[in-house]
Formats: sequence, C-alpha cells, structure tokens
Amino acid sequence: MNHWIDILAVADIPRPGARVVRHADIDIAVFRNAEDNIFALEDRCPHKGGPLSQGIVHGKKVTCPLHGWNVELDSGCAAAPDEGCAREFPVRIEDGRVWLDLTAIGRATA
Amino acid sequence: MDMSTPLGRGPRMKLVMVGNGMAGVRTLEELLKLAPDLYDITVFGAEPHPHYNRILLSPVLAGEQTVADIVLNPLDWYKENGIALHLGKKVVKIDRTARVVETGDGTRAGYDRLLLATGSEPFILPVSGAGLEGVIGFRDIADVDAMIRASSAYKHAIVIGGGLLGLEAANGLMKRGMDVSVVHLGPWLMERQLDEPAARLLQQSLEARGMRFLLQKQTGELVAGPGGRVAAIRFKDGSEAPADLVVMAVGIRPNTTLAESAGLHCNRGIVVSDTLQTVTDPRIYSIGECAAHRGIAYGLVAPLFEQARVAANHLAQYGIGRYEGSVTSTRLKVTGIDLFSAGDFLGGEGTETLLYSDPIGGVYKKLVIKDDKLVGGVMVGDTVDGAWYFALLRDGKDVSGLRDHLMFGQDHCGNLGHQGHHRAAGMTDDMEVCGCNGVCKGDIVKAIREKGLFTLEDVRKHTKASSSCGSCTGLVEQILAFTAGGDYSAAPKKKSVCGCTDYTHEDVRAAIRNNKLLTIPQVMTFMEWRTPDGCASCRPALNYYLLSTWPGEAEDDPQSRFINERAHANIQKDGSYSVIPRMWGGITTPAELRRIAEVAEKYAIPTVKVTGGQRIDLLGVKKADLPKVWADLDMPSGHAYGKALRTVKTCVGSEWCRFGTQDSTQMGIDLEKVFFKMWAPHKVKLAVSGCPRNCAEVAIKDVGIIGVDSGWEIYVGGNGGIKTEVAQFLVKVKTPDEVLEYVGAFLQLYREEARYLDRTVHYLERVGLDYVKQRVLDDADNRRALYERLLFALSVEKDPWVERAKEGKLAHEFETVIA
Ligand code: SRM
Ligand SMILES: Cc1cc2nc3c(=O)[nH]c(=O)nc-3n(C[C@H](O)[C@H](O)[C@H](O)COP(=O)(O)OP(=O)(O)OC[C@H]3O[C@@H](n4cnc5c(N)ncnc54)[C@H](O)[C@@H]3O)c2cc1C
Ligand code: SF4
Ligand code: FES
Repeated sequence: MNHWIDILAVADIPRPGARVVRHADIDIAVFRNAEDNIFALEDRCPHKGGPLSQGIVHGKKVTCPLHGWNVELDSGCAAAPDEGCAREFPVRIEDGRVWLDLTAIGRATA
Repeated sequence: MDMSTPLGRGPRMKLVMVGNGMAGVRTLEELLKLAPDLYDITVFGAEPHPHYNRILLSPVLAGEQTVADIVLNPLDWYKENGIALHLGKKVVKIDRTARVVETGDGTRAGYDRLLLATGSEPFILPVSGAGLEGVIGFRDIADVDAMIRASSAYKHAIVIGGGLLGLEAANGLMKRGMDVSVVHLGPWLMERQLDEPAARLLQQSLEARGMRFLLQKQTGELVAGPGGRVAAIRFKDGSEAPADLVVMAVGIRPNTTLAESAGLHCNRGIVVSDTLQTVTDPRIYSIGECAAHRGIAYGLVAPLFEQARVAANHLAQYGIGRYEGSVTSTRLKVTGIDLFSAGDFLGGEGTETLLYSDPIGGVYKKLVIKDDKLVGGVMVGDTVDGAWYFALLRDGKDVSGLRDHLMFGQDHCGNLGHQGHHRAAGMTDDMEVCGCNGVCKGDIVKAIREKGLFTLEDVRKHTKASSSCGSCTGLVEQILAFTAGGDYSAAPKKKSVCGCTDYTHEDVRAAIRNNKLLTIPQVMTFMEWRTPDGCASCRPALNYYLLSTWPGEAEDDPQSRFINERAHANIQKDGSYSVIPRMWGGITTPAELRRIAEVAEKYAIPTVKVTGGQRIDLLGVKKADLPKVWADLDMPSGHAYGKALRTVKTCVGSEWCRFGTQDSTQMGIDLEKVFFKMWAPHKVKLAVSGCPRNCAEVAIKDVGIIGVDSGWEIYVGGNGGIKTEVAQFLVKVKTPDEVLEYVGAFLQLYREEARYLDRTVHYLERVGLDYVKQRVLDDADNRRALYERLLFALSVEKDPWVERAKEGKLAHEFETVIA
C-alpha cells in the first residue's frame, strides 16, 4: 500500500541543489541535480547526522556540509571509502511536480 | 588522433601491458578509474607473482614483513577488473605491423595500445665468476628467496655496492644471521645521495650494528669453491675475503631488450615523450624504470607514479596531462637508522650551505640554498622534517623569511597543533596523529597495509587523517614512508584545482581573464572538465575566480557556495546556525546591545557569546528564523561565515589611552567600512593598534597596522590560525588615506593572485614579500589601479543580510516544505 504525496514543483528546487520537506517530524532532502534528476533522502548524513540538504550537489552526489563526506544521491550511501547509508525514498515526477512515496515513514497525513 | 577504433562504438579496444610491476599496474589502476570500459586488458608478467610492492623486499629480507604482506593486488583484483593475466610468461617479440606480442611459449595477444613497463635489471659486474651459483642481484622475490635460503646454510655474505639497495640488502642479511661485508668502490657510502660527513655518520651507525665495510675496493674476480659455488671474492689489489653469497647491488639497467628488438628507439631507456608515448610508435607507451624521459630513467617509485597518472590519462583518451620530470628524494629503509637526502646536497658555485653537526648525538643536517630557495639537503639521525624540506624544495618556495629557523624544522617555523615531540617511528599505535579527526597511528598503519595505500591523498580519503586542518601532514607522511616504504610525498609540482581537472589554479584564472569567461559551465566546457558539473572543491573556487575577475559582470552562483556562504551564517554541528553581526572596529552602543538582547530572547537563542574577534555571537539559531533575526537586529552582516573580510580588531587608541599615539579605533572603523563586503580567496582579518604595545595583536593578522607618533606602520601576512605566522613589515605611511590605499592595494593583489583557500600567509610564502613591495610600493600607478579595482568590486556588492531580510532574496533557502 503505497503512500504517494505531491510535494512541490521541480522548479521550486534550485538546480543543482535541494529543498527540505518535513513529514511526520522527519526531514527529507529533495535534491535536483544539473541534469534535472530528482532524488529524496532522509536529511541525515550517515556520518554524524549532518543535514545533507545543505551540501553542494554535483553529478549524482552531495557533499555533506559538516565534514565533507560524499553521499550518492541515487542510493543514499556514502561514496567509498566511507561507509553508511541515508534512508532513501522513491520519487516520481508528474507534470513538473515531485511526488514522494512516504510509506516508509508510516503515518499518513493525506 | 587515431580514428580506426572510435570511442564508444564497436568492440572495445585492446590494451596489452608487458611487465606486471609497480609502474605498470599503477597505470592500470589510474586508467580503470578514468575509463573502466574502454579496453580489454591483457597483462604479461615474467615473475610468477601478482602485483607486489617491490620496495618492501627490503623489510621482507630483514624478516620484518612477509611476502604475503607485500602483495598489493591479489589475483582476485585482476579477475574483478576483467584483466587477462599471464603470469610467469615473458614476452619475447613484438610485431608492430600486425600489432601482436608473443611470449617465449608461443602465447600471442593482439593490441591497439601497448604499454611497456618492463622495469630494469640489476647490473652484474662483468668479472670472472659472475655466473657462479650464489651470485645474485637484489631485485625480485626470487632473489630474496635465494638470499633467505643462503642465510640458513652459509655464513659469509658480500654485498657489492654501498648504495641504498646494497645497504638494505646487507642489513637484511645481517638480521638473518650472516657475516656481512659491504664492498664499495667509492671513498664513502652512497656518494650519490650523501656528502662525506653524512656518509661517515651512517657508516658508524651501521658498524655499531655489526656491518663491515671494504671501501675503495675494486672487485677483480669471484672464486669458486670445491662444489662449484662461489667461495671467495678477490680484489684488484690482491686481497681476498670469504664469500658464500655475493649480492651485486652496483646499479640497475633499464630493461630494453624487448623494445630494441622491436625497433623502438632506446637510449639509456625506451625514449618517450611528455605523454609517455614512445617516440617511435605512438601506439606504444612506456613508463617506469625502463623508460627514458628527457634523458632520465627514474629509479624510484614516486616519479613513476606521476608518469602512471599521465599515461593513464592519455590511454583514457582525455589527453590533458603532461609529464615534465620530477625531483626525487631518498630514504633508507633500515629500521632504526634515519637518513634522508634530496636534490643538490653537495652545493657549489652560487649556493650557500646551512650546517648542523652533532657527531656525539649522531645527527647531521645540511641544507643547500640557492637564490633564496632550498635546492638540496641531507639528513642523518633526525629526518622528522624530511617531508617538509622536500616540499619546500619541490615547490621552489622562497625561504629567505624562514632562514633563521629553517635548520630547526617546521615546528620552529610556526606550526601549532603538533609540536613534533613524537617522531612517527617512535609512536605507539594508540597515539593520536590527527587531532581534528581523532585518528591514531594504528588506524593509519592498518589502512595503509590493508588497503595498499601509497599517497597522502589516499590516506586522507581512507582515514581522514590530515584531511582537516592539515597540521599533522608531516607526521602522516612519515608513517606512510615507514609503512609503505619509500617516500611517496612527491606529488606533482603543479597542483591541479581538484580531481576534476589537471589545470592549476593559475591556469584557470588566466583562462577566465583572457577569454572573458563569465559562468562556471563556460569555464568547465572551455577547460574540458572531467566531471559534468565539478565537485565541492572546484565549484566554490571557480565561483570566486569569476566574481573577483569580472565584478559586476559574472553572476554569483549560490549553489556553488559552501552552505555558510549560501545561508550567510555558520552551520553548527546540530544543523542550527550562528549569527555574528558586524560591530565596526569593535565599537557598539547601548541601543545595539539592547537589540541583540531582545533578539536573543525573542527567538529563544540558547547561547550568546563574546567572540575572539571583538563581537557577539548568537549561537543555535534555527535556519528559518535567520531572515527575521537579521531584520530585528538591523545590524550589518559580520561575514563570520565567509571567505571575506572578517573583523578589524582595534584597541582604544589615542582617544582614551594614555600611551596612544594615533586614533586606532577610528582607523579600524574606516578600514572596516571601506572593505566591508569584500570576498577573498580565504577569510581576511585586520587589526589596528594605537602604539607598539600592540594591544590589538596586529602581528597575527592578514593586515596589521601600528600607529606610531610619525604615522602608521603596515604589516602583512600574519596568521593566528593553523599556520601561526608573524606578519612582515611592508611599509610606513603618514596619513589614514595612505593606509587605506596601501592596504587596499595589497588586498586586491591577494584577491587577484592567491589560490582559492590560501590565506595571505600562504600567498606571501609563495610569491615573497619583495614581489609584493614591487607591485604595491615601487609602482605607484599600479598601486592606485589595484586600489581602484577593489573599490569598484566593492561598489557592486550588497549587504547579504539586508537583501535577504528586507528584499526577500532567495527566500526558498530558509523555508521548509511541510508535507
Ligand atoms: C566564533 C569564533 C570563536 C569564538 O567563540 O571566539 C570562531 C569560530 C569558528 N572559527 Fe575561528 N573563530 C573565531 C575567531 C578565530 C580567530 C581569532 C581572531 O579572529 O582574532 C582565529 C585565529 C586568527 C586567524 O584567523 O588567523 C580563528 C581561526 C580559525 C581557523 C584557522 C584559520 C587558518 O587560516 O588557519 C578556522 C578554520 C578555517 O577557517 O578554515 C576557523 C573556523 C572557525 C569556524 C567557522 C569553524 C567552522 O568552520 O564552522 C567556527 C565557527 C563557529 C561559529 O559558528 O560561530 N577559525 N578563529 C571566533 C569568531 C570571531 C569573529 O568575531 O568573527
Ligand atoms: C629491494 C628494493 C628496494 C627498493 N626501495 C625503494 C624505495 O625505498 N623507494 C623507491 O622509491 N623505490 C625503491 N625501489 C625501486 C622501485 O622498486 C622501482 O623503482 C619500481 O619497482 C620500478 O617499477 P617498474 O614497474 O618500472 O619496474 P618493476 O617493478 O621491476 O616491474 C617490471 C616487471 O616487468 C617484468 N618484465 C620485464 N620484462 C618482461 C617481459 N619481457 N615480459 C613480461 N614481463 C617482463 C619484470 O619481471 C618485473 O616484474 C626499490 C627496489 C628494490 C629492488
Ligand atoms: S571555534 Fe574554532 S577552535 Fe573552537 S572548536 Fe570551533 S574551529 Fe576549533
Ligand atoms: S555529518 Fe556528514 S560528513 Fe560528518
């Protein structure tokens, strides 16, 4: 039972950059890279919980603002040699709007 | 370009490598990083072993490591990367027309590109008896096995050659219980790396361990015993010594037989160009000890790795790098004996020598300086600073300012954090090396061993040691040298901006200026960046270079700025922010203080702190509150978050102080108001004191000004941070207007020429104070022009807090979407 929610317009996310979406007290970083790919990760760096949304986005990676880990946007996992993953959320684009599947977070709000 | 096998179409190209050694495999590793799918790769190795670290044969011989320890890439690695590996097969023929190589047993492989990395062979003296059993070189695992076997069956070992290799062999054999004598033709040991006093000291410490030396002895013949094995060495002077094992370590000879048989031009090595292609056949590359580049065949790993990087780049069809030669340095890997040598250590015409000699303590240091630059050095007994000296030498740094302290090492030249009480070798595994990231020696050693790391860069990536403030870099380099063997600190002389390009900061700046590039994508296209949109290192640098070169024309790219500069506040460990409003020259008013107090209460800001820079820090502000906090404070941005003008620290000065000679407070306020909003390669801090008592600590500021009775003294390039450095006197002027002009001109020079993230101290260290004097003092027109360019750049900047708090600029930055 999926739980897709219409979040915001692609155009509302800086390119390349991110916006923070809060759902049920969980912050989710929604990224847009230079090629207009959209990714959604929990806004917590696998290192020490830094806000990934605030990092510099390049290629399919974001560099965490706290200690510079590089996190792969499509998997949420730290680029080697670092280890650990941020939770990742399924994304769908429809008519220029970003939908997220927030089933994983459980609590329905819509 | 070769069009017969176009990129990305048709079947993959075929790359064949001959020689499975250190330079060759390194090239493959670099190539696989850049273009993993471009080639089907086949490797031929004459030795029956996978890729191992040849350097560590010495510790293996000495019984400190095992062969298993020194394997760098096990067979699985070849499999995982789809490399067809032929071990124990020697290539004997290259057919350049058919583009096929062939081994002794008839195995054939076709190639589109061929890489010859055949290394070299020990030079065997052409004396009678050289072919006897028990006479060997010291080059590969087979040699080490032979030596270990001999050590358990025989007593007397002779090593011919008192160079690095010979001494390491002798040390190993001695550790294995043999009686070892080193025969050396020269008047002292290692004459190509050491001067006489250093060599004598070395000889003494080796003799103390039981090694014997036969200097100035020329080998006449090797004499066989009854069983046909070598039994003695006879010298030209008629004397003799017993020898059950003779190790020839008199030099190496580039292995060019194969190349020569294929008609490739060889002259003391296979002759290659700056792209590491053979001059005869551009499909054939050659690197490593077998290759002669600009007349030199290198015999150390560091330069070979530089070659590998360039060759890989060309094989990957990026075609940017050039290899332009290397400066090398040497370390002896005999545990317990410290020896380091680099460059021109003998000196001579036009050079000066700094000498430190303590024969009792066993320390000898000699530094050779030419034209204010370090050109060579040798150290015995104390080599802690080897890596640092080598960096000074390689980068051609002006050392005139360091002269007084140079001999005493880096710790005496203002580097806080690590006082060098420990030398890497003497540290235990649980001792902390990197204070920023809490990395201990054991972690580093383990990573180097397990992951086969070679470079400082690799160690930084895997362990984080030395990746933050960098003050432990020397220590990490030492650990690397000890653990991986050799000295790998030889990074290329030209430092590229980051891994996305081979161009240097200077190249990029010149391209931006000369071609009027105005955006980051333009720069990346023009300079053929390897990545589509750069990385977190190059984008902020490019953004700064564009803005500082074309103020008012290039547009700022907030998405290429570090979060602090994008949010205009400092991010904290919990994701909240801190706000430091500007207090001109450290002066505030009751009204301002009241507003700060009210804001702190209204937004429930947990911490209010007086900073070390004469202003007030509000810590723990929620990001969403930032624009409101700024609006309510109604004070200018303090830029405490930016590579920008930070504080102008002042003392009370002549207005109140009984000693004050000038109004330092007003001077500070004027400076801060004029240079407010100034972006720079790194942060910039100023200070003004009203008399030489110097209560504003001007000596550790980027620009410090001291008021004296007759005017103002200006000091530049001080630093109170990681690299603590006392500012240097630039000039004395009379009026406040002159202060502004001279300081402005200096800052603009720094803005235009420093590399991104270099503070003024680093910039000055690179260009030298004389250069700055020439541009700012001697040339008045240039000074005014610099100052005017700075004023123009400042005129187009706005206060970012006002823009965001009052004009709603980039509001999305501070909003969270609620879903
Ligand atoms: C707040 C303050 C400490 C304090 O509570 O007093 C401070 C706080 C930080 N300093 Fe500092 N430095 C502060 C004065 C200093 C000083 C002393 C001074 O300015 O008089 C120094 C040494 C002087 C100098 O810069 O030469 C100093 C040398 C550093 C360095 C090392 C710089 C260097 O080139 O070696 C860093 C790291 C960096 O910038 O890369 C740093 C970095 C930092 C950062 C930005 C760390 C970071 O990247 O997040 C800290 C931000 C905390 C925050 O959000 O407020 N801070 N820092 C001081 C702010 C002064 C101000 O009013 O703006
Ligand atoms: C004991 C010792 C200690 C050393 N210590 C240091 C040190 O401290 N620091 C330092 O920087 N350097 C040191 N060196 C030097 C360093 O090891 C070499 O510079 C480096 O290994 C050269 O790399 P290469 O790839 O050119 O040659 P190699 O590593 O020798 O590789 C060449 C390979 O090609 C193979 N080969 C040759 N011809 C053919 C053929 N026709 N077909 C197939 N295979 C072939 C050889 O068998 C060999 O395995 C040391 C060397 C030795 C022997
Ligand atoms: S404020 Fe400065 S010295 Fe203190 S912990 Fe942060 S960076 Fe280090
Ligand atoms: S919290 Fe992200 S790198 Fe440390």
